Amino acid sequence: MKQYVLQRFLQMIVILFGTSFIIFFLFAMLPGDYIDSNINLTPQRAQELKALYGLDKPVLERYFSWLGNALHGDFGYSLKHQEKVTSLLNKYVWNSFFVAIFALLLTWSIALVTGVFSAIKQYSWFDGFVTFFVFAAMSFPSFFISLLFIKWFGVDLQILPIGGMIDTGSDSTGLAYLFEVGKHMILPVIILTLLSIGSLTRYFRTGMLEVIRQDYIRTARAKGLKERVVIFKHALKNAMLPAITLLAFELPGLFSGAIIMEQIFNWPGVGRIQLESVSFRDYPVLMAFTMFLSCLTIIGNFLADVIYAAVDPRIRLK
Amino acid sequence: MNEMLLEVNHLQTHFYTENGVVKAVNDVSFAIREGETVCIVGESGCGKSITALSLMQLIPENGKVEAGEIHFAGQDLLRLSKKDIRRLRGNEIGMIFQEPMTSLNPVFTIGEQMIEPLQEHLLLSKKDAYKKAMALITMLGIPNAEKIVNLYPHELSGGMLQRIMIAIALSCNPKLIIADEPTTALDVTIQAQILDMLREIKQEFNTSILLITHDLGVVAEMADYVVVMYAGKVVEEGPVLELFANPQHPYTKGLLKAKPVIGERKDRLYTIAGQVPNLVDLQEACYFADRCEHAMDICRMKQPALTTMANGQKAACWLYEEGENR
Repeated sequence: MKQYVLQRFLQMIVILFGTSFIIFFLFAMLPGDYIDSNINLTPQRAQELKALYGLDKPVLERYFSWLGNALHGDFGYSLKHQEKVTSLLNKYVWNSFFVAIFALLLTWSIALVTGVFSAIKQYSWFDGFVTFFVFAAMSFPSFFISLLFIKWFGVDLQILPIGGMIDTGSDSTGLAYLFEVGKHMILPVIILTLLSIGSLTRYFRTGMLEVIRQDYIRTARAKGLKERVVIFKHALKNAMLPAITLLAFELPGLFSGAIIMEQIFNWPGVGRIQLESVSFRDYPVLMAFTMFLSCLTIIGNFLADVIYAAVDPRIRLK
Repeated sequence: MNEMLLEVNHLQTHFYTENGVVKAVNDVSFAIREGETVCIVGESGCGKSITALSLMQLIPENGKVEAGEIHFAGQDLLRLSKKDIRRLRGNEIGMIFQEPMTSLNPVFTIGEQMIEPLQEHLLLSKKDAYKKAMALITMLGIPNAEKIVNLYPHELSGGMLQRIMIAIALSCNPKLIIADEPTTALDVTIQAQILDMLREIKQEFNTSILLITHDLGVVAEMADYVVVMYAGKVVEEGPVLELFANPQHPYTKGLLKAKPVIGERKDRLYTIAGQVPNLVDLQEACYFADRCEHAMDICRMKQPALTTMANGQKAACWLYEEGENR
């Protein structure tokens, strides 16, 4: 087991370097940069600026100087915001994270419960209702459902704010601040949950349906165990195994921000920074953020493998 | 004569499929005495496994026990509540399945799976349950019980796992063990060991055994009484020696003829021509008529009833129906 973890860890480091290389080259290959896009500069001034930012050097040299700095934790300055990339991302990433984590918790707990129950009561009215509802929720475009909710809850009923993270001009602190942010978070969290709950519910339902037809479930019943134990101990543990991989892949999603939702609710998340940095060719931000998400994906993968091995004895020993 | 333990009367189990109603178990009756081994034999799909699962009420969801009575130790199992049935399962009736490799949960250790019925039915503490589990493993001839309880199913061979399944079935001292083709998935030497083990258990604990099999060799070795099933119906039954020496129903005769005999060399074994009929929407007739070399007109029009012969054997065939013309 220890050897397995170590092996996977070393693999992970190699993959990380490979990824950084590919990402850097892909961005370097894109035509134009931050300076080219500014038509007010004279060619001479543009050349000076390029030399200042090191953009005139060969790609390989730029990669290694970027890598050297990155290994020291220095991801450079944002050209657009004129601020350190790390402090810029740090400012916005958590706003996205808190919405995403609540949406994730809500999605997974609801999907788990409804998925399992619609599987053990397959083709019942409950199953039919859940199936209809989750597909309906999944099928609405997010901008439509967001605007609809803003109209209902923000404009008609006036019980929830229509956007932003805090009330306009608010300077509340402590608990009052948390309460205020919480209130602004309700709609974004609900929207994100509605959008992702469908596929996950179906996923749990299918997994569970497959497991409850297995021989060992019949054995568990033949031993005279309570139905509760059969379903929630014997079946669920097996049905949950594939979900570990899925959960690990949610890790980058927690920090990546939700571009459309943030736009509509005027939420100061990292999704918007990301979109801006693409349109302004703000490479340091783009590079750092993409690298950050790739790291999280690879770490998520690593965690999935390790957790899977810890839970499934058939993998552990190989 | 020992007392009756299990009496099944006119059991009917139907499956509702897209193609129609499948009468998987169609009016089946048989009985098991205390300490007796009864074998149900028949081809694949003749309803023998579903008969066994009906007793435990473990049939798949699209199936239903439609009619009949199952008397077990003085109570009708079909009238019991779900809770009472659950208390019976694994406690008074133990069950062993065909595929030992898939019958145990891959993510729990052998020990964890063995102690479950002990804690549930005998209300043992975890520690005592583990002790009892290890004692059972040792009793079934597996060394290193302390090690085995901490292993996972995929770390053991099929023969070992089937012994563990037997240990689980035995653990609460059941009055009846239902073994649904317990040796089919195992190789021949392991088969013999497993059968020996079942025989020893029967002698030691006076447990009744309901053995489902399609292997006549197993029947000859194990059974006291044999029930032959065909297309969901009992076609013949009788004590094992009588039945082997003097089979009455053409189907039983065919089965015995199809069995290879040691010392006799044949290029081809005998086969019963034709196939098992489709169980959907069967018409009133002897279901074996199409494959029977003695088939008469009446066989295709009316179903023969199970009639008792002079020697106590029973067969459902128009050849032996009294008062009817041949």
